[in-house]
Amino acid sequence: MAAPRAFLHLIPLKWNWGERGFRDLSGVTTPEASHRGRRTLLQFLSDHFYDVEFLREYFLRKQMQKLHLENGSYIRVQNKYGPDIAGAYFILKHGGAVKFRDMEWVRSDEWRHFIAGVSKFQAVPVEAVDASGCAINYDGLGNLLSLKELRSLSLQRCPHVDDWCLSRLYPLASSLQELSLAGCPRISERGLACLHHLQNLHRLDISDLPAVNFPGLTQILVEEMLPNCEVVGMDWAQGLRQGPDEQPQDAAGPIPVEPLAPGSRQPLCNS
Amino acid sequence: MLRRVLRTGLGRSLLIRELGASSGKGRNVSEMKKKIRSLLPGEPDNFMYDTRHLPPERSDVVIVGGGVIGLSVAFWLKKLEKRRDGIRVLVVERDQTYSRASTGLSVGGIRQQFSVPENVQLSLFSVDFLRNINEHLAVVDAPPVDLQFNPSGYLLLASEEGAAILESNVKMQRQEGAKICLMSPEQLRKKFPWINTEGVALASFGMENEGWFDPWSLLQGLRRKVQSMGVLFCQGEVTRFVTSSNRMRNSAGEEVNLRRIHEVHVKMDNSLEYQPVECAIVINAAGAWSGQVAELAGIGKGPPGTLQGTKLPVEPRKRFVYMWHCPQGPGLETPLLTDTNGVYFRREGLGNNYIGGRSPTEEEEPDPADLEVDHDFFQNKVWPHLAYRVPAFESLKVRSAWAGYYDYNTFDQNGVVGPHPLVVNMYFATGFSGHGLQHALGVGRAVAEMLLNGHFQTIDMSPFLFSRFYLEEKLLEQNII
Ligand SMILES: Cc1cc2nc3c(=O)[nH]c(=O)nc-3n(C[C@H](O)[C@H](O)[C@H](O)COP(=O)(O)OP(=O)(O)OC[C@H]3O[C@@H](n4cnc5c(N)ncnc54)[C@H](O)[C@@H]3O)c2cc1C
Repeated sequence: MAAPRAFLHLIPLKWNWGERGFRDLSGVTTPEASHRGRRTLLQFLSDHFYDVEFLREYFLRKQMQKLHLENGSYIRVQNKYGPDIAGAYFILKHGGAVKFRDMEWVRSDEWRHFIAGVSKFQAVPVEAVDASGCAINYDGLGNLLSLKELRSLSLQRCPHVDDWCLSRLYPLASSLQELSLAGCPRISERGLACLHHLQNLHRLDISDLPAVNFPGLTQILVEEMLPNCEVVGMDWAQGLRQGPDEQPQDAAGPIPVEPLAPGSRQPLCNS
Repeated sequence: MLRRVLRTGLGRSLLIRELGASSGKGRNVSEMKKKIRSLLPGEPDNFMYDTRHLPPERSDVVIVGGGVIGLSVAFWLKKLEKRRDGIRVLVVERDQTYSRASTGLSVGGIRQQFSVPENVQLSLFSVDFLRNINEHLAVVDAPPVDLQFNPSGYLLLASEEGAAILESNVKMQRQEGAKICLMSPEQLRKKFPWINTEGVALASFGMENEGWFDPWSLLQGLRRKVQSMGVLFCQGEVTRFVTSSNRMRNSAGEEVNLRRIHEVHVKMDNSLEYQPVECAIVINAAGAWSGQVAELAGIGKGPPGTLQGTKLPVEPRKRFVYMWHCPQGPGLETPLLTDTNGVYFRREGLGNNYIGGRSPTEEEEPDPADLEVDHDFFQNKVWPHLAYRVPAFESLKVRSAWAGYYDYNTFDQNGVVGPHPLVVNMYFATGFSGHGLQHALGVGRAVAEMLLNGHFQTIDMSPFLFSRFYLEEKLLEQNII
C-alpha cells in the first residue's frame, strides 16, 4: 500500500505552460473568465471589426490544435519499447511523474536520465502515475490505458480531464486501486457514475470538484456504487462549521504549496 | 445669432450626454454600431421600414425545419463551403419555441448498438463530434456548450430467441469500432444486482461513447454557431413550392418528368402575408412533418407503383415518456436499459428519478393529432414489465410525463438522406424514427457532401437514398427503441 500512496507526497509540479497558453484566450476552458464583464481590447475590437473576430477565431483554433498535438499517440515509442515506456514517456513530457515497480519516482526534469536508462525501466511495469496539473486530454489518456499493472493514478487538477475521460478508464479496472481526481474543474457527477467499472478501487479522491452539483449527495451515491472503496470527498459538515476567516488564504490559487491531506481541503461551497 | 447657435449646440450635446448616461455604455456602443453599419455601403437600407422578420428574397439553400437535423445540415454546409460566405443558407422554422419539435422532446440517448452498419458509423461520427463539441461549435466570447453527457452506456437484453441476432449485431458493431461487450445473465447479476435476469439469455453493454445528453444544449449550441457562420433564420411556415417540370426520356426510352423547385413560399406567423424566396436547393428537414413537406413539392402525386407516385413514408407517431420516482431504485451505475420487449428506462439526475417508456405496437398506436399523454399505457403496458425486470420498481410513483413525435419511417424505420430522383433539387434529411438526434451530425455532413461534391464521402449513405422506397429494398433497423 505504501507505494501507491506515494503520490500524495510528491513535490507539486510546475504549472504547465501548454495549459496556461490555452486558458488565456478561450472561453472554452474557462467559461466564466470571459463573461465576468471584463471587456478586453480584443473583445472590443472584434465586436466592431469582423477581421479581428476572424483572427481571434484563428488563434483559438491554433491553441486547440496545439493541445491535440501534445496529446497525440506515442505509437512509435510503444512499438519499440512497449506500452509502459510509452506511457511513462508521455507523462514525463507533460510534466508529470511515474513510478516503476521497485524503483524511485521519476519526475519530469529527469526525463533525460530516463531515456538514458530506458532498458533498465523496460524490465518492469509502471505501477503509479502522477499527472497532477498536466494538460492531458481524452486522446492523451489513451497512452495510459495499456499500463496493465497501474495501481495508482493521480489526475489532480488536470484542466482538460472531463467526464469523457472517466468513461475511458475501464481498461485499467483489473489493476487500479487508487485514483485521485481532486480539483479537476471539468469532472461532474455524470462522469463519476461510470467509475463503477473500477471494481478493485480501494481509494478514490473526489474532493474539490467545482462542476459537481450536489457534492454531498454525489459522494454518498459514489460510496454506494463502490462499496469496497474509501471515497475521499469534501467534508461538507466541516465546511459548515468553518468560519470565513478560517479559510486557507491560498485556496483560490490554482495550486496549494503543500499537497493537502484529505479532509483539510477547502470546502466547495466556500470557494 | 452666435448665442443661439451656441445654445442649441450646447443643448444637443447635453441631451446626448443625458441619453448616454441613461442608456448605459453597452447600449450606446451597440446603437452606434447599428448606425455605422446602416451607413456603410452594401448594407440593407433600414431607414424606411423594418423587414428583418421577413426572409431574404433569394437564398442558395433553403432548409425547411430548424430542428437538430436542419441546423446540422446548415452547419456542415457552411463548414464545408469552399470559400467564406460562398453559399447563402436560410433556415425556415415555423415555431421558434420548438414546442412540438422532436428534438427537445427526445430522451437524448446515443448508442452504437444498431443492426445497420451505417447507423453505427453515424453514431460513432456523432459521438466524436459531441466529445469535441466546444471545438466544433466554439464561438468567440460565447460560453462553452454544456452538453451534460452522461457516459453511462446502453444495456440491451435479449431473450433466447433474440440472442443470436444480438451476438451477430455486436460482432458487426465491434468491427465498426464500437466498444460493446457481451454479458451472460450471471455477469449481469454480478454487475447490476438489481436486475431480475429471468428470461434473459444474453446482454450487450456499451462501455464507451454511449449514454445520454441534453438535446436542448446541442440545439442551442448549433443555432449559435450557424448564426455566427452567417446562416439566416426566419420564422414562418413553408406552405408552397413553385416548380417547373421538364419531360425527358431515360436510357430505356421511358418518359420521366423531372421537376425543379424555383421558389419557396414562406407564410409569416399569424398573418396571410407570405414571402417568396427564390432558391436553388431545398432541404427537407421537417422531422415528423417531412412527409407533408414532400407532398407540397408534388412527391407521391402520381399513379401508384411509379416513382412519381412513391410517397415519402414519414409520418408523426406519438411516443410517451414517463418520469417516476423510486427511492429503492437502482443507483448511480444505472445505464439506459432496454428490455427484451422494448421497455426502456434510464436514470434522470441524482434523486432516484428515472425516465422511460415503450414503443406501442402497430395496433396500439395512439392518435397523433395532439400531444396528450395516455397514463393507462404506463399502467398496463410499461409498468408491469419494469417491475418484473427491476423488482424495486414494484413501488414507484409517476411524477410527470410527456409525449413527442417520432419522425417515423413506416417503410423500414430508417433515415432518408440525399436528393429525390425526380424533384431534383429537394434533398431529404429525415425519417430517423427515434434515433435522429444522435445521427443528426453525421447526417448533416452527408447531405452537405452530397450537395457540394455530388457524392457521399465520410460515410457512404447510399443505402439511405429515397429510391429504395420505389425499388422496395428495405433497410430494416432491428434496434428501434
Ligand atoms: C419521445 C422521444 C424520444 C426520443 N429519443 C431519442 C433518443 O434517445 N435518441 C435519439 O437519437 N433520438 C431520439 N428521438 C428522436 C429525435 O428526437 C428525432 O429523430 C430528431 O429530433 C429529429 O430531428 P429533426 O430536426 O428532424 O426534427 P424536429 O426537431 O421535429 O424539427 C423539425 C422542425 O421542422 C419544423 N417544421 C415542420 N414543418 C415545417 C414547415 N412546413 N415549415 C417550417 N418549419 C416546419 C417544425 O416546427 C420542427 O421544429 C426521440 C424522439 C421522441 C419523440
